[in-house]
Amino acid sequence: MVTTPVSVTMADVSVNIAEQKRELPAKEFREVVFDVRDLGVSYSGNQALEGVSLEIYRNFVTAFIGPSGCGKSTFIRCFDRMNDLIPGAVVEGTILYHGEDLYGAQVDPVEVRRRIGMVFQKPNPFPKSIYDNVAFGPRVLGMNDRLDERVERALHQAALWDEVKDRLKAGALSLSGGQQQRLCIARCLAVEPEVILMDEPASALDPIATTRIEDLMHELKRDYTIVVVTHNMQQAARVADMTAFFSVTRGDEGQRTGILVEYDATSKIFTQPSDKRTEDYVTGRFG
Amino acid sequence: MSTHTSPLGSGRPRGLWAGRLFGGFLVVSLLIGFLTLGALLAQVLLDGYKWVDPVLFFEPPSADPLIAGARPAILATIYIGILLILFTVPLGVGTALYLEEYADRDRWYNRLLEVNIQNLAAVPSIVYGILGLAFLVRGLGLGRVLLAGAMILTLLVLPTVIIAAREAIRAVPDSIRQAAYALGATKWQVVWRQVLPAATPGIATGSILSLSRGLGETAPLLLVGALTYVSFNPTLLGDFTALPVQIYQWVARPQEEFRTLAASAIIVLLAILLALNAFAIWLRNHYERRW
Repeated sequence: MVTTPVSVTMADVSVNIAEQKRELPAKEFREVVFDVRDLGVSYSGNQALEGVSLEIYRNFVTAFIGPSGCGKSTFIRCFDRMNDLIPGAVVEGTILYHGEDLYGAQVDPVEVRRRIGMVFQKPNPFPKSIYDNVAFGPRVLGMNDRLDERVERALHQAALWDEVKDRLKAGALSLSGGQQQRLCIARCLAVEPEVILMDEPASALDPIATTRIEDLMHELKRDYTIVVVTHNMQQAARVADMTAFFSVTRGDEGQRTGILVEYDATSKIFTQPSDKRTEDYVTGRFG
Repeated sequence: MSTHTSPLGSGRPRGLWAGRLFGGFLVVSLLIGFLTLGALLAQVLLDGYKWVDPVLFFEPPSADPLIAGARPAILATIYIGILLILFTVPLGVGTALYLEEYADRDRWYNRLLEVNIQNLAAVPSIVYGILGLAFLVRGLGLGRVLLAGAMILTLLVLPTVIIAAREAIRAVPDSIRQAAYALGATKWQVVWRQVLPAATPGIATGSILSLSRGLGETAPLLLVGALTYVSFNPTLLGDFTALPVQIYQWVARPQEEFRTLAASAIIVLLAILLALNAFAIWLRNHYERRW
């Protein structure tokens, strides 16, 4: 099944994975945070994603990989109901969050977003001071007591404190791109979410800043559950415990719909994928 | 320039004359506007500068040009300016926020609203004056008072304030809204704590420019009954005049001295408007954000 040039690539990836020495807990010891069942998303009638079912586990880093247009960003935005903000977006199927239907009639999307944080592709700090950026979430949620401590803790967790502790009142836009992204992570951590969704968090950053974000993900997964979309397969191999590979199918009229091809432990996805399409993708023959 | 042939060209650019001709045309069109304006300004300054004195600011108008001032007109213009800001900013920003943040563009009534605001901005000011006369002065029975004048100028500048505020709100990148929503902010919090503060410099600039347009208007004020001769300080619900109206009245007088007086009042009005515009430009430069 594995041809010679392919095995070289796979060996590279295997080395990476071996370095991490990750041993995943057996399935019965994992706590399910999200249970996704037959999820589909359409934008104004165009099916963007179809038939996705998977489970996201607590204190895991879960990566979504796949070619452009495969619906991975659409998918991650279902977890904090950000798709609700897009006119014409319709989500079908169910996502259970600790057993509760995230799209249930009595669920308030605002409440969902308080528990499930999100970091975006492009760093998007508010045009305010560093302090006010981190304090914004606690302030809108009414968590005003010991705000200074909370801000400091979040900046520590995002490994940004030492760089900004002397200029908390400086504008956030004066930071470098990598610092801005860590500020966005701190901003998200300040409201103590349970899950952090990251939509290509390092794609706008240079390699050094990217490494820092990846190190941070390793740190954060002790306390948080992390879901990350990435187009960088090496990154998925480096940071993720579980990896889901998405691909695109073309319908009768040429419309592109994203589907989940394979979901498994990262080491398995990158070394012994069970689907031919996954193998083609991770070995660089496609996408 | 070069005498030897270069592989990059013969040394004579193509279309040289067409380019020069076009450049010349641009300079001429610039100069026509610039020189006309400059001549007007110089004329007014030369005519009026010596009468820009305490008498002009502190005395009421009089039949004797030597003791005539524009105090009621200047005060009324200031009052109208304050009322204009108080009326237009909340209404204009509210409308702009509704259209940008809340309105569903698929609804016909929202589209109708948008088209109408664009159209209203182009309606001649005299038409607003007629509306003011019919609706405010007669219909609501306000009478020919300063408040009616301020209200009609509000209607006049409101479309431009709305358009400027919408531009400023639209310039706030969507990523800011997304970030705020993702932190669990409600729509109200997103709009009130992120979008509006980020759009404020743009809104302020647009509002001030609209205000200076409103303060220079004469026609609608004449229609809602600004009097040309008012010798007492204006009140909200009393007779009033305004600087442009006062100027209009003085210019129409046969005596040479009154035209000089008009020129000095024009200098005052221009100074107010230029100061407002300069403040708007300063605001824009000082608070301008690059995303």
